[in-house]
Formats: sequence, C-alpha cells, structure tokens
Amino acid sequence: MIFSYYPGCTLRNKAKDLDAYARASAEALGFTLQELDNWQCCGGVYPLGTDEIASKLSSVRALAEAKDKGQDLVTLCSACHHVLKRVNDDMTNVEDIRTRANNYMKLAEPYAGETKVLHFLEVLRDVVGFDTLKEKVVNPLTGQKIAAYYGCLLLRPGKIMALDDPENPKLLEDFIRALGAEPVVYPYRNECCGGYISLKEPDMAKNMCNTINESAKGFGAECFITACPLCRYNLNKTEQGLPVYYFTELLAEALGVKEGAL
Amino acid sequence: MQRIGVFVCHCGSNIAATVDVKKVAEMARLEPGVVFADDYQYMCSEAGQAKIGAAIKEYNLTGLVVCSCSPRMHEATFRKCAERYGLNPYMVEIANIREHCSWIHKDMEEATQKAVILARAAIAKVNLNAPLQAGESRVTKRALVIGGGIAGIQTALDIADAGYEVDIVEKTPSIGGRMSQLDKTFPTLDCSACILTPKMVDAAGHEKIKIYTYSEVEKVSGFVGDFTVDIRKKARSVDEAKCTGCGVCQEKCPSKKTPSEFNRGLNNRSAIYTPFAQAIPNVPVIDREACIKFKTGKCGVCEKVCQAGAINYAQEDEIITEKYGAIVVATGFDTIKLDKYDEYAYSQSKDVITSLELERIMNAAGPTKGHLERLSDGKAPKEIVFVQCVGSRCSDERGKPYCSKICCMYTAKHAMLIRDKYPDVNVTVFYIDVRTPGKNFDEFYRRAVEEYGVNYIKGQVGKVAPQPDGSLLVQGSDLIDNKQIKIKADMVVLATAIEPNQGVRNIATMLTASIDTNNFLTEAHPKLRPVESPTAGVFLSGVCQGPKDIPETVSQAGAAAVKVIGLLAKDKLTTNPCTAQADELLCNGCSNCAKVCPYGAITYETRQVNDHGIREDRRIAVVNKALCQGCGACTVTCPSGAMDLQGFSNRQLIAEVDAICR
Repeated sequence: MIFSYYPGCTLRNKAKDLDAYARASAEALGFTLQELDNWQCCGGVYPLGTDEIASKLSSVRALAEAKDKGQDLVTLCSACHHVLKRVNDDMTNVEDIRTRANNYMKLAEPYAGETKVLHFLEVLRDVVGFDTLKEKVVNPLTGQKIAAYYGCLLLRPGKIMALDDPENPKLLEDFIRALGAEPVVYPYRNECCGGYISLKEPDMAKNMCNTINESAKGFGAECFITACPLCRYNLNKTEQGLPVYYFTELLAEALGVKEGAL
Repeated sequence: MQRIGVFVCHCGSNIAATVDVKKVAEMARLEPGVVFADDYQYMCSEAGQAKIGAAIKEYNLTGLVVCSCSPRMHEATFRKCAERYGLNPYMVEIANIREHCSWIHKDMEEATQKAVILARAAIAKVNLNAPLQAGESRVTKRALVIGGGIAGIQTALDIADAGYEVDIVEKTPSIGGRMSQLDKTFPTLDCSACILTPKMVDAAGHEKIKIYTYSEVEKVSGFVGDFTVDIRKKARSVDEAKCTGCGVCQEKCPSKKTPSEFNRGLNNRSAIYTPFAQAIPNVPVIDREACIKFKTGKCGVCEKVCQAGAINYAQEDEIITEKYGAIVVATGFDTIKLDKYDEYAYSQSKDVITSLELERIMNAAGPTKGHLERLSDGKAPKEIVFVQCVGSRCSDERGKPYCSKICCMYTAKHAMLIRDKYPDVNVTVFYIDVRTPGKNFDEFYRRAVEEYGVNYIKGQVGKVAPQPDGSLLVQGSDLIDNKQIKIKADMVVLATAIEPNQGVRNIATMLTASIDTNNFLTEAHPKLRPVESPTAGVFLSGVCQGPKDIPETVSQAGAAAVKVIGLLAKDKLTTNPCTAQADELLCNGCSNCAKVCPYGAITYETRQVNDHGIREDRRIAVVNKALCQGCGACTVTCPSGAMDLQGFSNRQLIAEVDAICR
C-alpha cells in the first residue's frame, strides 16, 4: 500500500529521526510513504488569517498533488498535520477560500478538499490496526512505563482534527500497549507545551513544560513519546526532565528496524 | 354573491403607526363583494365588536374580514362576535396586518401596500366561504398521567380530588421520581422524603387513583375525550397481591452486584429489589438480567425464603387497554451524560461526582449513610469545589443551550449544608452567573455566602487534573480578579445539566405531541397556554415541558390538573369543522393521503359510486371527522385533487393567491 507523504521542513533537518524511523517502520508494516515531488513549507502554524490566501497555497499544492495520484496524504509532524487538515477543511467547507485559492492555483481541475489527510498514527490505528501491529512487534518494550504527550496541535480543534477525544485521548496509549509497554495516563498529556512562546518568553514555556513533566513523573513515567518536534524541543528544556522520544523511534525499535534506519 | 364587511383595527399604535388604516379600508371598499369597510381603534374591544354587530344588521352582511392581529390571538373573539349577531362563525376571516405586517416593516407606504394586499386575499377567500357546523364527540371521564414523580403525583391527586378517576403509569418499580432521590430541598432545607412520602401514600390510598408501576405506555389511539391506551405492565416476577413487603428476599438474594439506579450507581443492589425503603408499592421486582435463576435456571433462593409464596418466575408481561378523556405527560428529567466533558475528569476520578450523586451521598439512606466522604478512599474531604453550568448554557453541541435553572439553588444548598455540618471543609463554587429569582431564593444564596462563608468565584473551570497523591487540581479563571487560579481539591461536584427523560420522544410520537430540539415538549402557547400541548387533550406537567424546581413543578402540576378537570367536566366536546373530505368522484383510492396523515384519520371503504350515470364499486378515502385536525397534509398530497379541506378549500387558497398576485 502506498501513501503520499508530506514530511515538512523540520523532518529534513532537526527531526530527521522522526522521519527515518517512520519510513523504516512503514516498510516493516507493509506500506510505503512516497514523498510528494513538490512539497513546500506548510507555514509552521495554521495560517489563522481567514482573509490570507497565500499562506494556504503550499498546503493546497500538496493536497492537490496527492489527489492527482489518487492517494491519501500522510504526515508525521503535528504542526504540518494540523495545517494540512485545517486547510483541507477550509477547501471543503469555506466557499470563499476555496474559490480564491483555486483562482491563484489555476489547476487543471479545481481542488475542493478531495484528499484524505492522515496522521501516521491514524494509519497505524485505522489501516494497519493495533492488533496487527502487536503481532509484528519483535522486540516488545515490556516493562517500560511510557507517558504519551499529545500536545495541542494533534487533537484540536477536535472537530477538524477528528483524531481522538481532545479531552481524554487514548490513541497513543493504545499505541504504547501495542508495543508491549505500559502507558502512563496523566492529566497534562493534552496541555500545551508553550509552542513558539519559548522563543519570546522562554520562562513561560518552561513553566508549562515543568507542569507536564512533574505530572508524568508523579504517575511513574520513565520517558515521553511525542509526534511533534516543537513539543520535544520544549520538553527537553525542563530541569530533570524525562527523556523525550519520537513515537517512531520506539516503533522502529519494537519492530526491530531501528538499526541502520538513520 | 356575498355581502362582506371589512373592519380595519388600529390596535392602538401597533398597526396604525405603520399602516395607513384609512387607506386600507378605502381600498377594501373597491373589492368585489365588499359592501362596507371601516376602521376603529380597538376592534376587539366591546365598542369595536358592537360596531361590527351594527354593520352586520345595517348592511345585511354575510361575511366578515377583520384586518387585525394574528388569528391565533383573536380569531375566536371575532367568530364569537359574528355568532352573537347571527352570522355563522366560519364566515369570518382574519387578515393579519400586525404580526405579518406592521410589526415587521418600517416604511409606512410599503406596509400599507402590503396590508391592502393581505386584506384583498382575505376578501377573496370570504367570497368563497360557506357556513360550517361544528360536530360533537363524547368524553371519557378518566385521565391518564404518564410518570409518577412529584409532577405526576400532584396532577393525579388534584384530578382525583375533583372526583375523576386517574391512572398513573410509572416505568420504574416505584412512584416518587427524582424528588425521592433528593436529600434536602431549597430554600427551606426540609427533608425531601418527609414532604414527598405522604403524597405518595395519599396517591396510593386514593380511591380514585390507580397506580401502574413498572409499566409503560405502549400504544395510544383516539383523540381528545376518547383516547384508547395500551399499557404494558412488565412482569415483576412477584405477586403484588401476596407480597407483604418483608424484604427477606432482598436480603438473601445472592446476586448483589447490580449498580443501584436509585443511588446513581454509587453502590449495588440485589437482583430482586425495591429501589428504596419507602417505595410504593412496597413490592420488589426481579431484574431478570441480573437474576441467577433467570440466567442459569439454578438458585430460587427468593422463592424458598418467601413466606407469602409471592415469587412467580413464570409471570409474564400484561397488556392493559383502557380508555381516557385526557392524558398528562409528566415524564421528568435526567442529568446529561458527561462523556463529552472529559476535562472535568468525571470518568477518570471517583471523586469527581455529579450534584445528584452528592445528593445520595448526603442522604442518610444513601451509599455512605449520609457521611460526606471521598468515594475513592473513604476519607473526609477538606476542600470541595463545585462547578456550575456543566453542560448548561453551552454554545456548542457538547451540551445544552438552555439554563437548567435549578443548579444555582441546589449548589447553594449543598455548599451551605456542607459548611453547616462540616465547618472545617472549605467550599468553593465556580459560576458564570448566579441566578436565583424566586421567593426567598436570593436570600438563601446570600446566606450561603455571608453566613456560611462559601467562596463564590465568577469564572469557569478549564481542567480538573487528578494528581498522583489522589487530590484533584482544579484550574479555573477568576474573572473578577482577572487571574488564573488553581485549587487543590479533595472532591469536585459538577452541576450537571438536566434534560428530558429518555423515552419522552417515543411518548411524544405516540401522542402526536410536538417536541422541541432539546426534547422538551412544546406548550400550545408559551405564555397563555403553558400546560397544554398543541395536541388537544394532551397536557404537560413538570420538567418534561422545561426546566423547573419543585415549587414550580407542583404549581404546573396543579394547573395541568385544572385543565384536565375542565375537560372531563364536559359531557360533549365541540369538534373543529375545518376537516378534510374526499370527493368520491375524483378519489382513485391511491392511499397517499392515509400515508401522510399524522393523526391516522383516513381509512378506505368500498362504495358504489354513480359517475355520470355509470355505477361502479370504488375504493374511496374516508376521513374520521373526530380525528382530523385540519392540517391539510392530505390535500396537498392527493394527486387527483379529490381531498379538500372545509374552510380552506383548494379554490379558496387559489383565490387568495390570485388576489395577492393581482
């Protein structure tokens, strides 16, 4: 099975591991991530200006290319996934944005939200299935107590992301269980890490991450997993913080494909 | 040719300020059939009606058009007026130039033009009106009350005291409803059971009241004055006549793992159970899902221990068919499910509870025997946070858009009772607004704040985070101090929104009673007919119509009873003559009209028809005049144009449209 794949800029430099482990794991699970020929930066945060079209065009370009190929579009980075899903929702439901974006794009056929955007985790849950994943695990992470950190971009706005219950998600916990480890449920797993505020007011982001870190530790976690490079960056700044891994690294390890993936 | 009089009302300045009433009368005089037209300040007043009467006599009028407010307001008034002066009441038409015109337009010229057109349409219709005669139907002098909570009990008692037979149908094993689950009642803090139980006993002992518990309404047919209802009396597996209510069966029952509905699942009950000690009737039921005997065939302990020999495993559901003149819906409410509000950690922590659960915890007969304790570890809480408006006044689809109305008062009650009994416990209430209209209500809330030191914070809670040490970190905003605050609490109580009971939609469908988007039953008029459903003979009592507290429920229950008594006191009812009928020469028996009829008023019969000299047997639609409500659905569905509504015939409607388009 082949999916169109949108890696995003961060996965080309700071988060090469998030990307590499995912590709290796995908092959081990029997599907392929086929990188889009012409992808550009998604803009990093969802372009909130509803009257701004230019910032949405790179997403529309990626979405339209996947549509041409007739493939679902898979992303890994929480931020890229967030932007692509929201722009796709705009292209489906907001007539003004759809018309103006198509006027700029001058595509052979106007794009109206036909592509299905999936996070890699959704592929694991809904296409591969956690039961199948469990069967393919060769190095179960038995005994590890892992805290899933969702952050906010992956889950909210709940109606558009439609990934899981934004207040009490269980997707990553089920993923952790499939790898043979023990998920640690703690209340701050869906709280914001501070995002880009870490550049302007580092103390604020640090405070927020400390709360997350202390809570996870308090419930007995040994490490975090996340899907977001920025969350990882912020969580890594906390004092005596738990180690933070991309979920794909643990996946590759459990599937026995970690060696040589990087 | 009709001789029509047109009467244009000023309605003070309501119409006259926007519509040139003199011009409307002047233009009306030019219409065919009109022999008289005039305007007056208040047509509905005695003087206005006298003016109409005088004109009827002087000009020998055969039809009237009154240009005034909505027919919902005064059609009946003007029909009565016409009748008084010797005209058939159905020769009156109303042109609504207030709600449909003056109130919604600003420009006088445009509004006047529209009023002229509306008058023209009504005149065109009256030209084709024919006198109609209302029929009569009988009244069965017995009422049905669906729901045995305080609303149903009070309605039944009031009807029965007036001398009419009443049946209460209650789906749970006992009457008593939500009120029986409450510990204390605001604003007087008297014990709920102490004031409810005597009423339950009165109802059970009343010679005019028959109570069917563990029963549900299954089918309703008929119409006002003459309903036929099937009641399913579910198998109790216990013989009501033999059972003495000793309770030994419940004690000895080995299956004790079913969550108690009465205690909101906070503890367990046995498979054979009465929901609570003061249950009426004091006869247990066997929950067949939980009973070992029913599941495996082995056990039979209750049968062995029952001295009275009342256990009957072979008992079957029974269908009781009864006739009623009036039906009262008193189906009550439940709290909403909290699965969409996981930020409050209700599903994650046992110490996050709803207010109704707290009610059970505070009650001496409840799961903790009235001791305030954490359900997780049984420890006494020192810090309690109440969160108001959980699911109420909610702008998205997670909750309800309305105010649940009772929460501000019961939260003040809970806070006060806790501070009174446990002065060392800190109590904080997060609120959006404190809404306490009602006699002695605001005083009650002020007492909670001023005398009992309850800490009220204006702001919403964003998250309740269970901590590793078992406490709950409540994050909220204090809007007055403009601060984000965190409170480490031992217990969080959610003032959960209320909604009409599950199943009310089904009951509304059976009764063809209308229901709103929130599943509350709709009243016939929000101000002037608040206890009647738009469906004749169906009345509303309690929260099924909208959120209310106990005093309001009891008032409405009495009001519904008065309406029922007024109906049952009549020997005959006048029926609406504006009903449908099929032209037997045009009807092809296709059944389309019967399919769309919401009242089941249309049946078919084979009749010999003389079609221009040819005699043949044809299948013809027949309308039951007593059932037909005159909605007109059949007339628009009929492909051959055979169905016609008296008083709103196809010809009349086309004439109105023609007059508007002229």
